[in-house]
Amino acid sequence: MLRVLAQNADLVIFLFLTGLGYTAGTIAERRHYSSISRREAELLRLPVVTFKNPYPVEALRGGVMVMGSVVISIDYFKRLLAILRNLFGGRVTSYETLVDRARREAILRMKDAARRKGCDIVVNLRLETSAIGQSANNRKSVGCVEVLAYGTAIALRRP
Amino acid sequence: MYITNIETIPGKTIVEHFGLVQGSTVRAKHIGRDLMAGLKNLVGGELKGYTELLSESRDEALQRMIREAKSMGANAVVNVRFATSSVAQGAAELFAYGTAVRVE
Repeated sequence: MLRVLAQNADLVIFLFLTGLGYTAGTIAERRHYSSISRREAELLRLPVVTFKNPYPVEALRGGVMVMGSVVISIDYFKRLLAILRNLFGGRVTSYETLVDRARREAILRMKDAARRKGCDIVVNLRLETSAIGQSANNRKSVGCVEVLAYGTAIALRRP
Repeated sequence: MYITNIETIPGKTIVEHFGLVQGSTVRAKHIGRDLMAGLKNLVGGELKGYTELLSESRDEALQRMIREAKSMGANAVVNVRFATSSVAQGAAELFAYGTAVRVE
């Protein structure tokens, strides 16, 4: 039994990493999504828009730029799925959730910064995504994306 | 120093334009962080080391932009934009640019 395991050491390691990636990755993703939706509900009163300042000058108290960023990496199992998907083409669902999580997290951090500054709305939101590990599918490099969200937080004069 | 990414500073009026100001920095991740990221990469999730590294670098790019604006005599920068590009394997350039103005 042990000899068979030793003979197929790389296969065993591969299966172990895949299993680890699958379980840990799934748990981490589920936990992250529930934390995201909880915080999104909390910050619902602070809207974020992509157009420029819609308010007349008299209504404004002040404004400041806020930003939030996050780097999220993909797990071993999902990377494997993506590599397989590369052969056939089509939707790479495993990467879709990765980028979705990163974007929502970045926006939440930006909103949090705006709330701490006592602002009421964030205007002119810009999102920027970049892959820092050169190619996300390269086995040697780290498959991760960075998302930066930035905008101008505006405080309104209370009537 | 007022910084926004819209064309005005809320609650202020722009009295003078100075033109484009920019700041950039190129950062490489260091081996310790890379190792940790490599381990974290197996299970997925946020890479805190990288998040910190990039936000520190972005702050530095912003500071350089602000310093340039100050040297022109401006007291605000409007319409700030960010750009990120990986110039080499393992190094990223973070770039911030905007228009320096004086407000009252």
